[in-house]
Amino acid sequence: MDLATLWFCIIAAFWLGYLFLEGFDFGVGMLLPVLGRDDTERRVMINTIGPVWDGNEVWLIVAGGAMFAAFPAWYAGLFSGAYLPLLIVLLALIGRGVAFEYRGKIDSARWRRNWDRVIMIGSWIPPMGVGLLLATTVLGLPLDAEGNRVGSAFAAIRWDTILGALAIVGFSLVHGAAFLALKTEGELRERARTLALRILPAALAPLLLLLVLVQSKEGEIWTAFALAAVPVAAAIAFWRLAVGREGQAFAALATVITAAALILFGALYPDVLPSTGDPANSLTVADASSSPYTLTVMSWVAAFGAPAVLVYQSWTYWVFRKRIGTKHIPKVHAPK
Amino acid sequence: MEVLELARWQFGITTVYHFLMVPLTIGLSILVAGMQTAWVRTGNERYLKMTKFWGKLLLVNFAMGVVTGIVQEFQFGMNWSAYSRFVGDVFGAPLAMEGLVAFFVESTFLGLWIFGWDRLPKRVHLACVWAFSLATVASAYFILAANSWMQHPVGVEFVDGTPTMNSIWAVLTNNTALAAIPHTVAGTFSVAAAFVVGVSAWQLWRKRQRNVAGKRMVDQDVNDEHQRVWRSSLKLGTWTGVVAFGVLAITGDLQGKLMFEQQPMKMAAAEALCHTEQPASFSILAIGDVADANCENVKTFTVPALLSFLAHNDFTTEVKGIEDLVGQYQERYGSHYPDDPALGELAGQPIDYVPNLPVTYWGFRIMIGFGAISAATGVLALWLTRRDRVPDSKWFPRLALLSIATPFIANSAGWIFTEMGRQPFVVVPNPTGVDGVWMFTAQAVSNVSAGEVWVSLISLTALYAVLGVVEVFLMTKYIRGGVDAVYPPKHPQGDSDSNDHDDTGDSKGDALAFAY
Repeated sequence: MDLATLWFCIIAAFWLGYLFLEGFDFGVGMLLPVLGRDDTERRVMINTIGPVWDGNEVWLIVAGGAMFAAFPAWYAGLFSGAYLPLLIVLLALIGRGVAFEYRGKIDSARWRRNWDRVIMIGSWIPPMGVGLLLATTVLGLPLDAEGNRVGSAFAAIRWDTILGALAIVGFSLVHGAAFLALKTEGELRERARTLALRILPAALAPLLLLLVLVQSKEGEIWTAFALAAVPVAAAIAFWRLAVGREGQAFAALATVITAAALILFGALYPDVLPSTGDPANSLTVADASSSPYTLTVMSWVAAFGAPAVLVYQSWTYWVFRKRIGTKHIPKVHAPK
Repeated sequence: MEVLELARWQFGITTVYHFLMVPLTIGLSILVAGMQTAWVRTGNERYLKMTKFWGKLLLVNFAMGVVTGIVQEFQFGMNWSAYSRFVGDVFGAPLAMEGLVAFFVESTFLGLWIFGWDRLPKRVHLACVWAFSLATVASAYFILAANSWMQHPVGVEFVDGTPTMNSIWAVLTNNTALAAIPHTVAGTFSVAAAFVVGVSAWQLWRKRQRNVAGKRMVDQDVNDEHQRVWRSSLKLGTWTGVVAFGVLAITGDLQGKLMFEQQPMKMAAAEALCHTEQPASFSILAIGDVADANCENVKTFTVPALLSFLAHNDFTTEVKGIEDLVGQYQERYGSHYPDDPALGELAGQPIDYVPNLPVTYWGFRIMIGFGAISAATGVLALWLTRRDRVPDSKWFPRLALLSIATPFIANSAGWIFTEMGRQPFVVVPNPTGVDGVWMFTAQAVSNVSAGEVWVSLISLTALYAVLGVVEVFLMTKYIRGGVDAVYPPKHPQGDSDSNDHDDTGDSKGDALAFAY
């Protein structure tokens, strides 16, 4: 495997890490008004992701940064080509990040209700946008010879990329519900589990559809096996949820998103951003990549950095491994 | 307006705004880590109160720094895609390293710090805050290495029309970066110091007002301990500010000397030095217009020969003026923009090598002047509160609160000077570097519609404005609330100065309340 291909795989892994990790914290935010019946319950929900959501979000930043360093033309073409969707993602992420931090800082029901809204909106929009961006990079944009988008500002918004948006939203929803069932106790746990079971088939359907579409267009033989694994893993997730083994269900959902990433990026390779017009304008791994020297440097950084990240982030999850419930939530303490 | 202008405005607005939050985060996080260290080492509850109070303000501010930082990374691809393609091989590396090495540490260990108050052993918890705060400095390092490469490209060769990195080591130890990093980090300490001094001085004064109003006896028990919190904070802040200013002055001089070599036009513009002088005098203030076109500015207060000294360490050397430099630049980098349709109206037009003079001239002076004011206020506050005194005058707290703004202004002016001073280049040519490794700002912009950039410029600016108001509101609320707002007074202890090695000085249940 040459270095450029290795970096294609590393970037795919960063995106997978992002979808898997921030997927569930988006899900928790999306379900805030649905599952949190009162303020204490909503605080329980927020505190299940409290220590980790920020670290999860860095996977997006690193995926973007790695694209910049390893495939400047991919980074430049996709981010300027899908300008407006990306902007909306950024605006939502700004609001969401601030909302988590500010929500409990003033003891007022109205204050909290407003920030809850921001958390909810800020949790629905980014997975939508990220799904749209991923679908765009897999299914392509109309490009000119320089790798710039031709066509309107809305070129990235089509029925097939919207399917991508629904796919990631749906996955995040189920993933978040399963995570809540895994991390909470009592009534909230039951409600989250029931909800996850009820929505699972419908919520994962767009993802499956998207993968079938991608497979039929660009798939390889080996990605067909990954595709076959998706409904199996989804069924296992359903079954384990039904018997109350949330941890195993959560792991099965991790398998779903891993298989999905394999199919999406497997089908994309050797392109990084296909041109929907003239195929000669498609950006490939080879012509979008940085120099071998830069890739070598980055490989060393990743070889030492990435395992360290995995270790200390896993440690965080270990430290906060206990389920939490309403009885753990102390009274609000904020300035008068 | 065209895409170029809009994208420049957006970059300017988002960068200056981001850099209002970041310095306070970096400086304050180190001070908070220091406070918590003092608590762990001595067990003195005063330091725990300090940690909790300043830590809360740190969190309120950190959130804004993070979310505005994401925009910074993504707008290179969105608005400056031609730039990203041209420099990605070099510029992307420090950016990706920042994410992989610094951001992950920052965000993960901050989460552990916030939520770990009662779950982690004391020392492990302390290590978390240090990991977090040192990662903020590492993050600054990588970003400044990237920015310094734009100011002074090194470690590259020119292959097939693009700069190609041949030494990451050269990029990470760029002398421009090595000078910029201590300067910028000292700037962050100066911000945190002024913030701590301003708030502490105001709190000291306010408590004194209450005592004067006859509540002395009532407030004594709790508030005298609080007074010590503010006194310790004030001292910490003042000394931090003074040391930071010393570092700022030394590194600023160092940076200036490098700039005279690397970007002579920027420094000539900083002085509005139109004609070459030998020896060159340093302009302190100008009265009248610092004209940008014809170079007929009215300079009044100058120090003879000082500019020669600042530039080359002796009082007699010649310093090149703008007019001579323009000739040199035209000779080396061309007098007209290339006939490239991507440049729009600028294609084939003459290149203006002179940065905006009023901005560079005043930016430079505001940076130095306000930096000095902030250090001076700190020293004054230290003097006024010597031996447990607190002056009754209203001027004291007002001055202290006002001077919180001064290092913010100095920092922003410094960045505006640095970035505007390198125009019309986005990547400034390195006079001793490889030919071809430079780029005009006009060539860097994305091939997107002006409408798209308008939408993002307006929406980001509006959102930043709203959130800015919310942040200031929250900060004010917590500052007014004082220690009581973050540390419920439920452990009445006559003299808390006595060593209190109780692990649970902070009650178990409050750990989550500290966070969300």
